[in-house]
Order: sequence, then structure tokens, then C-alpha cells
Amino acid sequence: MLEIKNLHAKVEEKDILKGINLEIKPGEIHAIMGPNGSGKSTLASVITGKEEYEMTDGQIIFENENLEDISPEERAHKGIFMSFQYPIEIPGVTTTNFIKTAINETRKAQGEKEMSAKDMLQKLREKCDLLDIDQKFLSRSINDGFSGGEKKRNEIFQMAMLEPKLAILDETDSGLDIDALKIVANGVNKLKSKDNAVLVITHYQRLLDHIVPDFVHVLFDGKIVKSGGKELAFELEEKGYDWIKEEIKS
Amino acid sequence: MSKYTEDDLKKELETKEYEYGFYTDIESDTLPVGLNEEIIIAISKKKEEPEWMTEWRLDAFKKWQEMSEPEWANVKYEKPDLQKISYYSAPSNKPKYNSLDEVDPELLETFKKLGISVDEQKKLAGVAVDVVIDSVSVATSFKDTLKEKGIIFCSMNEAIKEHPELVKKYIGTVIPKTDNYYAALNSAVFSDGSFCYIPKGVKCPMELSTYFRINEAGTGQFERTLVVADKGSYVSYLEGCSAPSRNENQLHAAVVELIALDDAEIKYSTVQNWFPGDSDGNGGVFNFVTKRGLCENNAKISWTQVETGSAVTWKYPSCVLKGKNSVGEFYSIAVTNNFQQADTGTKMIHLGENTKSTIISKGISAGKSQNSYRGLVQISPRAKNSRNFSQCDSLLIGNECGAHTFPYIETKNKSAQIEHEATTSKIGEDQIFYCNQRGIDTEKAIALIVNGFSKEVLNKLPMEFAVEAQKLLEISLEGSVG
Repeated sequence: MLEIKNLHAKVEEKDILKGINLEIKPGEIHAIMGPNGSGKSTLASVITGKEEYEMTDGQIIFENENLEDISPEERAHKGIFMSFQYPIEIPGVTTTNFIKTAINETRKAQGEKEMSAKDMLQKLREKCDLLDIDQKFLSRSINDGFSGGEKKRNEIFQMAMLEPKLAILDETDSGLDIDALKIVANGVNKLKSKDNAVLVITHYQRLLDHIVPDFVHVLFDGKIVKSGGKELAFELEEKGYDWIKEEIKS
Repeated sequence: MSKYTEDDLKKELETKEYEYGFYTDIESDTLPVGLNEEIIIAISKKKEEPEWMTEWRLDAFKKWQEMSEPEWANVKYEKPDLQKISYYSAPSNKPKYNSLDEVDPELLETFKKLGISVDEQKKLAGVAVDVVIDSVSVATSFKDTLKEKGIIFCSMNEAIKEHPELVKKYIGTVIPKTDNYYAALNSAVFSDGSFCYIPKGVKCPMELSTYFRINEAGTGQFERTLVVADKGSYVSYLEGCSAPSRNENQLHAAVVELIALDDAEIKYSTVQNWFPGDSDGNGGVFNFVTKRGLCENNAKISWTQVETGSAVTWKYPSCVLKGKNSVGEFYSIAVTNNFQQADTGTKMIHLGENTKSTIISKGISAGKSQNSYRGLVQISPRAKNSRNFSQCDSLLIGNECGAHTFPYIETKNKSAQIEHEATTSKIGEDQIFYCNQRGIDTEKAIALIVNGFSKEVLNKLPMEFAVEAQKLLEISLEGSVG
């Protein structure tokens, strides 16, 4: 599904990613862990096509297509979704209206007709039930005045509505208490299928107790320095990132 | 993946050309350019006006000659040469139409381009439309239905002839001939406009709507609207405009007077889309308009405006809250892009006891434009327990535009309660990227954010008007993304 080859990227003339290789297949959950400043969020931004991030070398192939000249919205249309670390507020735009616009823009790009109001409503209800979200939530301006937990839950709700092939969860656990964390993780697990994939980006291991990865990669100084199964996450939790640093040096 | 910076965003915004720029080729009967007593007499004569009206115009002209153009507004422009304007232009093949079928097909084509099907509007919304193209009303619909209720809705010209007692009684009572330079000019040369009278206790069963257009090259348009709601009556009145693309500056100096007698209510909504000039700042309409309403006891006037056009706008729809318990409201969205300049707001003059006013102003600036809110809340010594709430929000797109707020508050009664809130925000790259990541392109993202920002005001517009207003907001701000 996603194949990243020798990816180099810079922000404001500073090299951040220095040769990343990663392959994600349908049905898999991958976790990227790493200390602050290792390039985790940059990786998410480059995959989604954020403009300030410039790819200087390598390739990102999604569903057999090179993403290099593809705009962020087209990447979204192809099925790449990111749950933002800091979801953005848009005053006056209801969650329903925002999601409706997103779904219909995607359908339009795929040459389909707009979703009927009836189908939309049904889907909204279904996903609200699935994620245990009060429907009143939908009429609020998106992320405007939401608590940290509400924002993250809203991201997962959008993910449920948009049904992406690849979901990137960028530090979804940051700012969440344990209850909110469980709700969000539970939502992700419910949405998981053999056809889609999840890339979890996190600093801590605790989210991975709830969203169990098939593969864990450790990112350090712009490179993946170690890959393994879920047990690698425990090892990191126990020994800290210094252990990795030591290992690289030796 | 190329970088998409705020500069690119700005460029896109600037490249949107005026969508409604076209010129309808209708034969016109135009007076020579220039302004003097003879021209005014000629206008009056062409309109077959009674003598009192001719005198009224000449008096206004005399006073205007002693006045000078105001310079206090936060706008810069080259003053139009008023001697180079023709003050009268009317479609010449001009029999009065009974139905729209008889209307010049080219004119109907114009409406089609504007996306306003008069026929459709009639059917869908029950809107009676009085069309004013270059000053002469060419079609008035739904007249019969209105007639049954005793409602008068006709061109100003017709009203002067058919209902002189009403016109004489009310014209110039809210906005005196000498009120300001452009109001005086309008009083002298007004070409036509709309007149509306709702009799005592009558609730007008439909939205009354007028579309203004400047059509003839070099013709200033001097419309005059007078709406009188008699005691206990109600009317919702809509005005919308769109002008064809032109390189020379065109002057639009309209006067709108609203009079709400005891217990009456007038809702006045307008969508303004005059040609704003091209992306280099050439051409565009100068919109110098005087709008004011008078409220008697327990009366209510609410102004709702969506301003997207004009090179220079200078407009302050106001309420004189003369009667006890009267209510004034002002809801405004003003959009400026490229080199547009807008200085707009309202005046709420509280004269009576327990009077209440609400001001919600949303300014959106893009390109190199300047957008100013100017508002006055004045509480007179007699206006016990009066209240005002004002909220002025500005939204900036890009780094080269400006938003300004000039709120004036004058209170001479201690029991008054006045609140003023103001915010300024900017559409950020993060907001746009968030939308992009959800599959919403930049153009649509801006529309979405702007609509969200403007929602409180859009909600005040009648349904079918709100849809059109939303479309206009998108047209004025979006770039054509390649």
C-alpha cells in the first residue's frame, strides 16, 4: 500500500529526514517511535504533502503511484488520512458541514455524485453509535472550544466517516487522559480491517497497549534505526531511548 | 510537491476576474453629459414629473452646489468628474410590460448570466421583482396580489405621478436634501428607484425584491428608494445589484429611506456586487450611498447587507430610534479584495426611551484591500434605559490587506448600557492545510472558512438570498486554482 524509499526531506533549509525506508501492507498496523526531534511528525507531514516540507530525495509510493507531484487534497482523495496532533479550529463551520464537504469533495474527485442527505445522515448516525459520540457534538463548530479529548475523538470520527485506506495517527495520545485514550484507541480498533492500514506515531508506549502494532520502528535523527515487533515498544519503555543511542554508537 | 506559500494563496485570490462582467446591448436614450439646471429640468421632464418635484430637485441642486465632497472616510480615490457623467439613461424601446414574456430577451439573458432567473424566483419564492435597469423600471410582477392588500410597490417615477401625497409627505424626511454631498446630488438628479407603502396593520405576504444594475457606459446611477411601513405593518424588502465590467469609474450614489411608523417592522436586505475594478485596481464602481431608517414607537428596522463589490464603498445604513421601545439592527458582511476599499458601518441614534440596537459587522479583507468598520452609537439625554450591543469581527487573508475599526460611542444618559466586542483573525496556512488533508481544495477551504465566519449575518438573510450571498462571497474571494 505504502512504500517509502530512501526518503530525504527538509524544512526551512534544515535536513530532517535522512533516508527513510518503510513498507506498509494492507491490514497492518505500524508504529513509529522516537525521541523528540527525531523527525516523527515531519514524516507524517511529508506523507500528507504539507507545503513547508520539501522532499529532497527518495520516493513515496502509495498504491503504486508516486506522490511527488500530488497535492495534499488529492492524496486525501486517494485515501490518506491524518489525525492531527493539534486539530485546527474553524469557527462557524459545523462538524457535520465540514465532514459533508470533505466527503463530497472526495466523491467529486472520484467522479461520483454527492452523497444524498439521507445517506449522509445514516452514516453520521452509524459512526456516532460506533464511537459512542453524542449527536449534539455534530452541530458544534469544528474543534472550536473542544477539549483535548474531544478534538482527538473528532479526528477519529472524521476518520470513520472518510474511511481512508491509510490512517496516520500523529501523536494521538498527547494530551489525553487514560479514559479518553481508551475511547480513541477503541475507535481505531473498530475501524481496522484487512484492507486498511494504520501508522501510529507516538513518543510513548502507552497508546500501543491499546492499539497493538504488528511492527514497531524506532526513528532517530531522521532514520529508522531499529525495527521489530510489538515487544520492541516494551523494550523502549523499559530502557528509554538512550539505549538505542548507545546501540547506534557501538 | 511544490511549495504552496501564503504568497501563492494571495496570487490566486487576486486572479479571480469579475464573473459578472458583461455588457447588455440594449438601445438607450441618454442625456448629454454634464450637470446644470437645464439637465435637471430635462430629467424631470423626461420623467413627466409634476412641478413640485422639479422644484424639489432644483432646490436640492442649489444646495448641493454649496457643498463639498466629504473627505473623512478611510478611503483614497480620484474624485469623479461630475460634469463628465450623463445623468439620465433609459432603455428606449420601453413599452410598459405586463409580464416578463414581453421583456427584451437580451435583458432576460442578462439575468440568466447573473444566475437570477426572475421567473424561477417568482415561482420558487413568491418574490415580486421590480427590475430597475439603468434607471427605468421595466417589469413589475405580483402587482395584483399586492394591490389586493393595498400594498403599493412601484417605481419611484410612477409613485410620484400616482401617489404624490405619499411621496410628498415622506420623501426627504429621514435623509434631508442637505444631509450630505452625495445625498444632495441624488436628490437633484435621481433617475428612478423603488417606492413601497404598506398600509396600516398589513403584513406583506411576500418578500419584495428589486435588482439594480448599472448598464450604460459612463452612466452614474442615482437610485432612490422609499419604503413606508404604516402603523402595525410588516415588510421584508430585498435589493441586490451586479454591474457589468467597465474600465472607467462609475458613480453610484443612491439614497434609501425607510420609515417604520408605530408598531411597524421593516426588514431590509441587500446584496451588493458592483464591479470592484480589475486585479490592478483599474475601474470599478464608486458606491457612495446614504441609507437611513426612522423608527417610531415600538417599531423595528433591521438592515442586513452583504457587500462584495465596488472599488470604493462609503455606506452607513443607520437607524434613528425616535420612538419609545424601538429597535434597530445592523448585520453586515463586507468583503474587499485586490485594491478595493470599503468604509462601511452604521449609526444607531437612540432618541426614545427603552430603545435597543444590535450591530454585528463582519469584515473580510484580502489582496491589497482596505476594509474599515465605522460605527456610531449615540444615546441622547432623553433615551433612558437604552441598550446597544456591537460586535465587529475582521478576517484577514494574506499580509497586505488592512482591517480597521472606528467605533464611536456618545452617550448622554447614564442609564444606557453599551457593549462593544471586536476580534481580528487571519485565515492561516494551518487551517487551509487541515482542510486540504480532508480532501477539500484551497478554494473551497477559503469559502468554507469565510462562510463560517459570516454565518451569524448570513443567517439573517431570507433563504434564497442567503444562497446567492454565499455564492457571491465565494466568487469575490476565490482564485481559479489550476
